[in-house]
Amino acid sequence: MTRLLVGPFNRVEGDLEVRLDVADGQVRQAWVNAPMYRGFEQILQGKHPLDAMVYVPRICGICSVTQSVAAARALAAACGVVPPPNGVLLTNLMLACENAADHLTHFYLFFMPDFTREVYAGRPWHAQAQQRFSTVSGEHAREAVAVRQRWLQIMGTLGGKWPHTQSIVPGGSTRGISSSERYRLGARVAEMRSFLERVLYCAPLEEVVALGSVDALTQWHARDPLRGDLRLFLSIAQDLALEDLGRGPDLTLSYGAFAEPGGGYAMAPGVWNGSTLQAVNIAQIAEDARHAWLADGGAALPPAVGLTLPQIDKPEAYTWNKAPRLDGQVLETGALARQLADGQPLIRALWQRSRGNVMTRVLARSLELARLVILAEQYLRTIVPEAECCVATQLPDHVDTYGLCEAARGSLGHWLSIREGRIANYQIIAPTSWNFSPRDRQGTPGALEAALVGAPVAEGDRTPVAVQHIVRSFDPCMVCTVH
Amino acid sequence: MGKAEFNVLWLQSGGCGGCSMSLLCADTADFRGQLRQAGINLLWHPSLSLETGQESLDVIQDCLSGRTVLHVLCIEGSILRGPEGTGRFHLLAGTQEPMMKWVQRLSAVAQHVVAIGTCAAFGGVTAAGSNPTDACGLQYEGDQVGGLLGSDWRSRSGLPVINVAGCPTHPGWVLETLAALADPQPITADQLDALGRPRFYSDQLVHHGCTRNEFYEYKASAEAPGDLGCMMENMGCKGTQAHADCNIRLWNGEGSCVRGGYACISCTEPGFEEPGHRFDQTPKVAGIPIGLPTDMHKAWFVALASLSKSATPKRVKLNATSSHVVVAPMIKKTRLK
Repeated sequence: MTRLLVGPFNRVEGDLEVRLDVADGQVRQAWVNAPMYRGFEQILQGKHPLDAMVYVPRICGICSVTQSVAAARALAAACGVVPPPNGVLLTNLMLACENAADHLTHFYLFFMPDFTREVYAGRPWHAQAQQRFSTVSGEHAREAVAVRQRWLQIMGTLGGKWPHTQSIVPGGSTRGISSSERYRLGARVAEMRSFLERVLYCAPLEEVVALGSVDALTQWHARDPLRGDLRLFLSIAQDLALEDLGRGPDLTLSYGAFAEPGGGYAMAPGVWNGSTLQAVNIAQIAEDARHAWLADGGAALPPAVGLTLPQIDKPEAYTWNKAPRLDGQVLETGALARQLADGQPLIRALWQRSRGNVMTRVLARSLELARLVILAEQYLRTIVPEAECCVATQLPDHVDTYGLCEAARGSLGHWLSIREGRIANYQIIAPTSWNFSPRDRQGTPGALEAALVGAPVAEGDRTPVAVQHIVRSFDPCMVCTVH
Repeated sequence: MGKAEFNVLWLQSGGCGGCSMSLLCADTADFRGQLRQAGINLLWHPSLSLETGQESLDVIQDCLSGRTVLHVLCIEGSILRGPEGTGRFHLLAGTQEPMMKWVQRLSAVAQHVVAIGTCAAFGGVTAAGSNPTDACGLQYEGDQVGGLLGSDWRSRSGLPVINVAGCPTHPGWVLETLAALADPQPITADQLDALGRPRFYSDQLVHHGCTRNEFYEYKASAEAPGDLGCMMENMGCKGTQAHADCNIRLWNGEGSCVRGGYACISCTEPGFEEPGHRFDQTPKVAGIPIGLPTDMHKAWFVALASLSKSATPKRVKLNATSSHVVVAPMIKKTRLK
C-alpha cells in the first residue's frame, strides 16, 4: 500500500488536497481535504442582516452572484416580500450569465487541459487536444477566455462589476435596463451563441438541447467525431472509457434553478434516485462535523442550528469541510443533478446506464450551457425596460429564514437567524460541501471520496491523471466549500 | 517589446479567488497575448497552469533554489496567521506547511512582491468581524503598516509590497502593474502612494467620472435602492473618498458599482470591511454625513450643500428618487442669438 498526498490541486477554485491509498495500481481509499478556513459564518455573527449582501458574495470569486442570490432570497423571505417580475428576470439573467461563464471556464480552462498531457501522446486525438486546449497556446482556450470576457460584460451592466456585485438586494435588483442597453446586451449574448455554435458544438444550440436519447447522441457524435470541442470530448471519453471513471452516489439533488416570476422553475427541483423525483425536504439536511477541524456538537446538526467553531487539534479530523447529508445519505449535486431533476431524457438514460461519472458530468454541464444561453436570450426579451425592479423591504428583528439557489456546481443554501435585528447565526452549505464532503460519523465517505476508489494509478505516478479527471469532473469550488 | 522573460508566480491564500476571476475579464481579445506582449511569463497560476500537485511544488522549489529567477511574486488573499500564530488555518495543499511560511520564503527571493486585492494588501474581508483566522495583509494590517512581512521589509528591488488593492481588484490595475514592473525602467517608490498602491489608479477618486455627478452637484439624493440620485447622503456611498479610477476605466465593459445602482464601499481602502456602520446607509451627525468628500472643508460642504439643494432643478429632484429618467432635460437652442 502506498500513500499519496496530491496537492496543490489547481484548476479547481480554491485549495484542495487529496490523500490516496494506492495498491495494485488502483486507488483503494481516498480522503479529501479542504485545507483553508476563513470563517465567514463567524464573521457574519452580530452584523446587520443587510450587511450580509456585502460579505457573502466575497465568499467566492466564481459563484459570487449565486451567494448573493441565496442571501437575498433568505432575507426576502424574512421580510415577506417577493421581488417584482422585472427584478426576478434581471436576477435570473445574472445567474444564467454567471453559471454559463463558469461552465465555459470549467471546460476550456480547468478540465480539458489534462488531455494535453504527455501521458496521452500517441492517442489519435492528442494533437487536436493540444492545439485546442493547451494552457499556453490552445487556440480554443484562448477564444474561450475572450468570449467569456465579452459575455461577462452583461454583468458589468447589470451588476456594476463581476465578481462581487451589490445590485442584487432582497427586494429585487438596483439596476434596471433601458431599451438601448437591451440591444447592447443582446449583442453580447449573440457573441456567446456564435462561439458555442462555431467552436464548442459545431451545431445550433437548439440541436444540442434537443439531444434526447443515447442513440441520438451516438449518431450526433459519429457524424463528425473530431469536429467541435464537445464531439472531441466524446471521442476522448470513448477512447479512455471516462464513463467508467469516478462513479457518483445513487442520489442527486437540485434545489431548482431559475425561479420564474409567478412561480415554478426553468429547471425543476428534486432529489433523483433513478426511478422517482422526490421533493427536496430541507428539514432532512444535517451537517456532520466529526471529521472536520470544527466543534462537533455531538451529532449531525441541521443548518438552522448549525455550529462553526474551529477545533484544530481534533482527533479523526482531516478537513475544514463538514459532511452534509440528506436524511443521512450522501448525494451528488451539480449540472448533472439539475438535468436529472429536470428530466432531460438523454442525461436520465445515461445515468441509468452508468450513474454520475466523468463523462456524464461533463456532458450534462455542456448541454446545460446551451440551455443557459437560450434562457438568457429569453430573459432579455422578457425584461421590461424602465419598469420597476425593486420593492421596499422591512426586516423583522427576530426571524429564522433560509434561501436556496443553484450555482454552476450545484445546490447552495444559506440559513440564518436574526435576533434583536442582528445576525445571530449564519450557516452556509455550498455545492462542493456536498460533493467533496469528508466521512460522516458512520464512516461513510463523501461523493468524491467514493468516486476515487478504483481509479487507476500508474507505477510511480504521484499525481495520477485519472484522479485529476475525476476531481475536476465535479467542477469543485473549495472557497465556497469551507467559506 | 521583445525583452527577456519576466517570471511571475501567483499564489492564493485567505481569499475568494475573485481577483483571479476578475483578471480573466481583462479588456483584451487575447489575454495570453497581452501577457506575452509585456514579456510576462506566468510560471504558475492556480487557475491557468497545467502543472498540478508535485509539478507545481517543483515550480515553487525552483524559485526558492534560484534555478528560476522569480521576478514577481503575486499573492492573492490575506495571510492567515491563526490559530495562535501557527498559520494552520491554511496549509499549502500537498506540503502540510502553513502558507504563511511559503509566502515568507518566496518573498525573500522575489524581485518584487505584489499584493493582489485588498485581502492581500490590508487583510480585507477575511479580516472582518472577529477576524477568526487572524488574517492580515502582506505588509499591512488594516491601515497599520506591518502585516506578515513587517514595516521595514523591502523586496530585492528595494520596494515595499505593491498593493493592487480592490475587492476584487481591477484586471487593468493588475496587468498594468505587472507590465510596469517588467519594463526596463520599472516602477519606483514615488509611483506608489502612501499605502503602497500604484498611483496610476489610486491618484483618482471613484467620484471622478461618476455618472451621477449632476445629482451630486445639487445634493439630489437617492432614497431607496435603485434610485438614480446621488448615493452619498443616504445610501452609504464613499465614492468621493475612495481612491480608484473605477468610473474612468470602468469594469466589465460599461460597469462600476455606482453605475450598477449601489454605493461605493471604498473597497480599495484599508479597513473597508469594517466601516463601523451599515454598508447601505450613510452615518450622519445632526443630518450631516460623517464622511465628507476628500479634501473638502466641512463648513464649506454644509454651506454649498444647503445652497445647491435649494437650487435643485425640478427635473433633477424628481429623477433622483426614481429608478429611471422621468423628466428629460429641456432642449435648448445651441446658437447664440
